[in-house]
Amino acid sequence: MAERIDLNLKVNGADHSVSVHPFARLLDVLREDLRLTGTKEGCGEGECGACSVLLNGRVVNSCLVPAVQAQGAEVVTVEGLAEGENLSSLQAAFLVHNGAQCGFCTPGMLVSATDLIHRCPNPSDDEIRDGLAGNLCRCTGYAKILDAVHTAAEREAAR
Amino acid sequence: MRGYLPDFDVRVPASLSEALELMAQAPGTYTPLAGGTDLMVVYNAGRLKPTRFLDLSRLAELRGIEEDATSLRFGALTTFTELRECRAVHQHFPNLVKSARATGALAIQNRGTLAGNIANASPAADTPPSLLAYGAELELVSPRGLRRVAYDQFHQGYKCLDLAADELLAKIIVPKPSGRGFHYFRKVGTRQAQAISKTCLAAYARIEDGCVAELRIGLGSVAPAPVRARNAEAALLGQPLASLPVAAAREALLADMSPIDDIRATAHYRSVVTRNLLGQMLRELASL
Repeated sequence: MAERIDLNLKVNGADHSVSVHPFARLLDVLREDLRLTGTKEGCGEGECGACSVLLNGRVVNSCLVPAVQAQGAEVVTVEGLAEGENLSSLQAAFLVHNGAQCGFCTPGMLVSATDLIHRCPNPSDDEIRDGLAGNLCRCTGYAKILDAVHTAAEREAAR
Repeated sequence: MRGYLPDFDVRVPASLSEALELMAQAPGTYTPLAGGTDLMVVYNAGRLKPTRFLDLSRLAELRGIEEDATSLRFGALTTFTELRECRAVHQHFPNLVKSARATGALAIQNRGTLAGNIANASPAADTPPSLLAYGAELELVSPRGLRRVAYDQFHQGYKCLDLAADELLAKIIVPKPSGRGFHYFRKVGTRQAQAISKTCLAAYARIEDGCVAELRIGLGSVAPAPVRARNAEAALLGQPLASLPVAAAREALLADMSPIDDIRATAHYRSVVTRNLLGQMLRELASL
């Protein structure tokens, strides 16, 4: 029987220490131990991207990360994207363009798109498609999501 | 249904020597864990047996890409993203870049590793056909020392590897092609991202005096493990680009494959489409 570990990690800028099983999924640590339920579970096998978070600055599927591998890590979830009371450019653009329908994929889309704009400030359509290829929207609202990412990238560039 | 968490223990060695010591003390007990992009899927599906994992992800000895005059040496933990972002990989091994891009999507590419892609031993993995085409070698490490294996000898059957219970895959060494080279990679899946391949063909050829002087073809998803297409290679080696024996090579390729029906494709589809990939590859080669 495996013993619990003290997992220390920084989530959205705040330090946390939780006692968890070493093979617990980062997704469950975030949702159940830290009560950050913005991150969703869709497929549980790395296909849908609903559980996307940034782990040390890179987008990952949090359903595929065992807690032990997040020891000492910096995590950003959808709850950490806004700047205080102000929505990030991406969040605002998703609102303007109706980039969410049922909304279940939206947290993952926002996290992946944030990562994309970080790496690639002025993305082409193809670069956006590549950056969001791991995020499925079963309402199939991709065109509006694409528009929102373009708008947010332009707004970021103008800042 | 997921696995029962207390069934799964994880040890986190601080160094490669500590990892090897643990493995030597109890050979066959530990399952190496790197990016987790395959193992966690099996766990989430509730199909992972109680396991003691050895978390390799913090071992600096297994990281990094080294370049010398004749080869690139990839640490076991090299991620697909690192392959995509490395200038030398783009320069010398364009098929490896395409393989890395074809694996899952970014979130998987940021976590999944080259050694994991090999050692998980899926016949449908996307980097093995390219590694076969480039004549890669593997460096295996154990308390007994280092051992080198040609990658095309490493897979000995379905999920059966030339890897002892106390050995770890430490490095993947890929010789730089020299001379006038031709590179081809194509994976066929249901979509460009997040697909498990129905069939995959990677090839590298060196051209000399208008003839095929060197050729290796790697296949995925058409046999119990990634395989070299040795019969097709033999039909083409030494042949002039101006009159490649396309029909004979396509016929020879049948003997290189043993495709099956599964949820992704039928054996018939795999057989036809893989031969079509070879046909496309040879058209491109002929038009060099």
